[in-house]
Amino acid sequence: MAEAATQPLLRLEEVGRDFDVSRPWLNRVLEGDPRLLLRAVDGVSFEVRRGETLALVGESGCGKSTVARLIVGLYEPSRGRIVFDGVEITDPGARAETTRARRRMQMIFQDPYASLNPRWRVREVVAEPIRVLRLASSEAEIEARVAELLAQVGLAAEDGEKYPHEFSGGQRQRISIARALSGRPGFLVCDEPTSALDVSVQAQILNLMTELQEQLALTYLFISHNLAVVSHIADRIGVMYLGRLVELAPAEELFARPKHPYTRMLLDAVPDLAMSGKARTPVAGEVPNPLAPPAGCAFNPRCPHANDRCRSEPPALLPAGAAAVACHAVEEKRI
Amino acid sequence: MRSALARIWDHDLAYSFRRSPITVAAAALTLVCVAGALAAPWIAPHDPFDVATLSLNDAFKPPMWVDGGDAAYPLGTDDQGRDVLSTIIYGARISLGVGVASVIFALCLGVSLGLVSGYVGGQVDAFLMRLADIQLSFPAILIALLVDGMARILLPADSHGEIAIPVLVFSIGFAGWVQYARTVRGSTLVEKNKEYVQAARVIGRHPFAIMLRHVLPNVMGPVLVIATIHVAVAIITEATLSFLGVGIPPTRPSLGTLIRVGNDFLFSGEWWITVFPGIALVVLVLSVNLLGDWLRDALNPKLR
Amino acid sequence: MSGPLLEVKGLRVEFPTRRGTLVAVDGISFSIAPGEVLGVVGESGAGKSLTGMAVIGLLEPPGRIAAGEIRLEGERIDQLPYEKMRRIRGRRIGAIFQDPLTSLNPLYTVGTQLIETIQTHLDLAPAEARARALALLREVGIPAPESRVDHYPHQFSGGMRQRVVIALALCAEPRLVIADEPTTALDVSIQAQIIQLLKRLARERGTAVMLITHDMGVIAETADRVAVMYAGRIAEIGPVREVIHAPRHPYTVGLMGSIPKVGAGVGKRHARLVQIEGAMPRLNAIPAGCAFNPRCPKRFERCLRERPGPLPAGSNLVACWLHVHG
Repeated sequence: MAEAATQPLLRLEEVGRDFDVSRPWLNRVLEGDPRLLLRAVDGVSFEVRRGETLALVGESGCGKSTVARLIVGLYEPSRGRIVFDGVEITDPGARAETTRARRRMQMIFQDPYASLNPRWRVREVVAEPIRVLRLASSEAEIEARVAELLAQVGLAAEDGEKYPHEFSGGQRQRISIARALSGRPGFLVCDEPTSALDVSVQAQILNLMTELQEQLALTYLFISHNLAVVSHIADRIGVMYLGRLVELAPAEELFARPKHPYTRMLLDAVPDLAMSGKARTPVAGEVPNPLAPPAGCAFNPRCPHANDRCRSEPPALLPAGAAAVACHAVEEKRI
Repeated sequence: MRSALARIWDHDLAYSFRRSPITVAAAALTLVCVAGALAAPWIAPHDPFDVATLSLNDAFKPPMWVDGGDAAYPLGTDDQGRDVLSTIIYGARISLGVGVASVIFALCLGVSLGLVSGYVGGQVDAFLMRLADIQLSFPAILIALLVDGMARILLPADSHGEIAIPVLVFSIGFAGWVQYARTVRGSTLVEKNKEYVQAARVIGRHPFAIMLRHVLPNVMGPVLVIATIHVAVAIITEATLSFLGVGIPPTRPSLGTLIRVGNDFLFSGEWWITVFPGIALVVLVLSVNLLGDWLRDALNPKLR
Repeated sequence: MSGPLLEVKGLRVEFPTRRGTLVAVDGISFSIAPGEVLGVVGESGAGKSLTGMAVIGLLEPPGRIAAGEIRLEGERIDQLPYEKMRRIRGRRIGAIFQDPLTSLNPLYTVGTQLIETIQTHLDLAPAEARARALALLREVGIPAPESRVDHYPHQFSGGMRQRVVIALALCAEPRLVIADEPTTALDVSIQAQIIQLLKRLARERGTAVMLITHDMGVIAETADRVAVMYAGRIAEIGPVREVIHAPRHPYTVGLMGSIPKVGAGVGKRHARLVQIEGAMPRLNAIPAGCAFNPRCPKRFERCLRERPGPLPAGSNLVACWLHVHG
C-alpha cells in the first residue's frame, strides 16, 4: 500500500512515435523517392509523481504535443511503454484494463474555439463524461453535478443552457476544464491551455487551475512553449528539442541553474520585462528540418559548445545534480 | 413563445430572407405548390382518375378563355376527357413526392457513406471514393435508366405499375448520392481534426457515437443547400425519365408523363395538354431552385 | 526634423451594423517622432489593430473613420482619395503583418515581389532594383541572398519569411512602419532575433515604428514609448520604463501584475498571479463613464458618470480620475 502511494502516477519508458509523411505511393514509385519518416518523439522517458505539476516546454515541432497525445491515447506509440497507475496502457493485450485506467485521465486543449462542439449546449458538453463513464444514475443527479462543476470553474448554473459561441475564450476554457473534471480524473493533461488567451484571462485560468489542483488533489502534465507561464505553475520542468528530452529539473533549479545549452538559450530568449539591460548572447540559427535531423545531438549545429562527439553520438539523459541533462558537454564537465 | 418567435424573426437568416423579394416570392410559390399537391384530393375540381366520371364527350376541350372552352374545365381537357388542371395538381403531387423521396434516399445514403469515408479514412475511404468517382463518370439519367431497366428485368412484369414509383425513387436517389458523400466527407475530414472530436475520443466514446452525435450536426449545413437544389433536379430527372417512357406510367401520371402524353397532340392543335403541365413543372422547379440559391448564399459565412 | 512624423488626433473608427453603430476606436490621440518605436499594447478587442489599419488606410468596409485626423509629416492622410492613399502606402508607410505565411504571395519568388514593390514606388531600372533587393535581404539577415532571392516563400522557414516581409516593408524607404503582431506567430527564440532586427533598422534608418502587440515583453525590449489600449481607448501612454515599472492606470497595474515572469522569487509556491476580474466589454456593451470601471478596484462615483480624458501623471498621460490632480 505504501508502495502504491510512492509509485509515480505516470511513467514513460523510451517512448517514440514516427509519422509516415512519404509522398503518395504512385508518386514515390514514379519519381523514386524514399519513404519519409518523421520522428516526432524519440526515446523520451520521464515520470510524473502524484500531486505534482510536470511541465513540458519547447518550441514548435519539439514533440511536446505529440507526447501529450500519446499519453491520452490519441496516438499509439511506435516504440516504448507508458505505465499509468501501475497499468501498462500501451499493452495491446490489456484492452480492458487500459480503458479502465484511461478513465482516470482527461485532457484540456489549446484552442478554446475548437475544443467545444458548437452544436451542443454547455450542459451537454460538461455532462458527456459523466454519461459515458456512468458516474450518475439519474438525470437529476447529472444536472446537479453539472451545476456544481460550472460553479467550481467560476460560471453560473444558467450558463449550461447556452451554446459555446456565446462565451469568450477564457470562459470556454473554463467550460473545457469543467468537462475534464466531470469524469473525476486524477490526472489532467493540459496542452497549451492558456496560449490562445489574453494575458489577464490567462492569469485567471492559471489561478483557477492551481486552486483546483489543491482542492481536488490533481496531478497535471502541463504542455507549453512559454517558460514564464510554466514558472508559475510547475514543480518540475522538462525541456524538449526535436523530439527528445534534453533537460528535466525541478523548476527553481531550472531557472536558477539551467544546464543544457538549449535551455540557456530559451531562457535568454524570454523578453526581459524587468528591462535590466542585460546583455543577451546572440541566438544562432533555427530549428532544423525534423525530417533530416542532425547526426548525434540534435542541437549541435546551434550549440556553442559542440565537439566531435556531439556531432556523432546522441547524448543520453543523465543525472547532473538535482537535474537530468542530455548533453555531452555537461557530462564531460566542459560547461 | 413570443420571445422565441421574435428571436427567429430577428435572426440573421430570417433577416436575409426578408430582404430578398425574389426569395420570399419563390418560397411562397413553393409553399403553394407543396400545399396544393398535398391537398390534391380536396382542391382539384375533378378527380381525373375516376373512370366513372370521365366522358369522351368532354375530350379535347380548350382552356376556358378560348372559344369552345368550358368553365368547368379551366385549362381544358385531354384526349380522355380528363381535366388538365386536376391532372396537373395530381401530377405535381407525384412529381414532388418522387422528387422529395429520392432526395431523402440520396441524402441518407450519401451522408452516411461520406461520414464513414471521412472519419474512418484509409482503405475504406479510398474504396468508397473510387466508387464515387466511377459513378460520376456516368450521367445521372443513364444510371437511373440502368437501375430502372434492371428492376424491370428482375421483378415480375405485372407488378411494374405498382413498383414504378419506388423503383424510380431508388434509381434517382442512387444516381445522386455522390454529391452528398463528397461534401460530407470533406467537412468530416476538417471536423475530425478539431479538438472537440479529440476530446470525445479521450473521454472514450465509440467512433460511431462520435460520428453521429459530434460530427454529423456540424457537417449538415451544406447538405441542406445541396438537398434543396437536388429536389429541383430530381423532379426534372423524373420528368425526363417519364417523358422518355421509363418513369411513371400514364395511369397515375406525373408532370413529366403528362408532358409526354400531351406532346403527341401538340402539332394537331391541342397545345394546352402539354403546355400547361410544362409551365407547372417550370414554376415548381424554378421556385425550389431560387429557394436553394438563397439558402446557399445565406448560409455562406464568407458572404455575410 | 521638427514635429512628429505621425500625429493622430481624436481618431474614431466605427462599424455601422444593422443593430446599431459599434465604436471600435473611440477618440484616441498619439504621435510618433522620427526614429521612435511606439508600442501599442492591449488585449484582443482593444482596437489596436484597427488603429493601425486606420492609419494605413486599410480599414475593411463597413468600418470607417468617423472622426479625427491623421497627419503624416504634417499632411492629412485620413481623407485622401483611394489613388493618393495607394501611393503613400508602401512608399511612405510600410506594413508588417502577423502571419508571414499569408503576407507573401506563394506563387511568386521573393525576388519578384521585392522588385515589383521597389519599382512601383521608386523609379529604378530593373538591374538597380534587383541590386537593391539583394542589399535589403542582406540587411535583414538572410544568409547568401544571391541564392535565396529566387526562392519561393514556402522554401523559407517562418523566421526567415518574416525577415523577407520586413524587407518588403522597408524596400521603398518608408518613414513609418506599422508592425501588427510581427512576432506572435514565431517561436520565442526567433522572436528575439526579429525584435533585435526591428530595433536596429529603426535606429539606423530613422524610421518611426508603430509596434502593435499584446505581448508586453516584446514592448519592453523594443519600444521607446507605449500606449496601453482598452476597449477602444488609450488608458495610459508614456515612456516604456515608466509605464512598465510605475503604471498609473489601474488596468495597466492589473495587466502588469497578471503577466507571468521568470526570475528569482517567482514560482508556484509564491504569490499567485494578479487577476483582473471580469473581461473586456464587448463593443456593443461599453459602460458609461470610464470603460474600465466595472472591473476597477479603485473606482468611485465620478468614474461611473464621466469618461476621463488623458490627464498628466508624471511623464505619462493617464485616462483615470485618480490622477486628476497630476
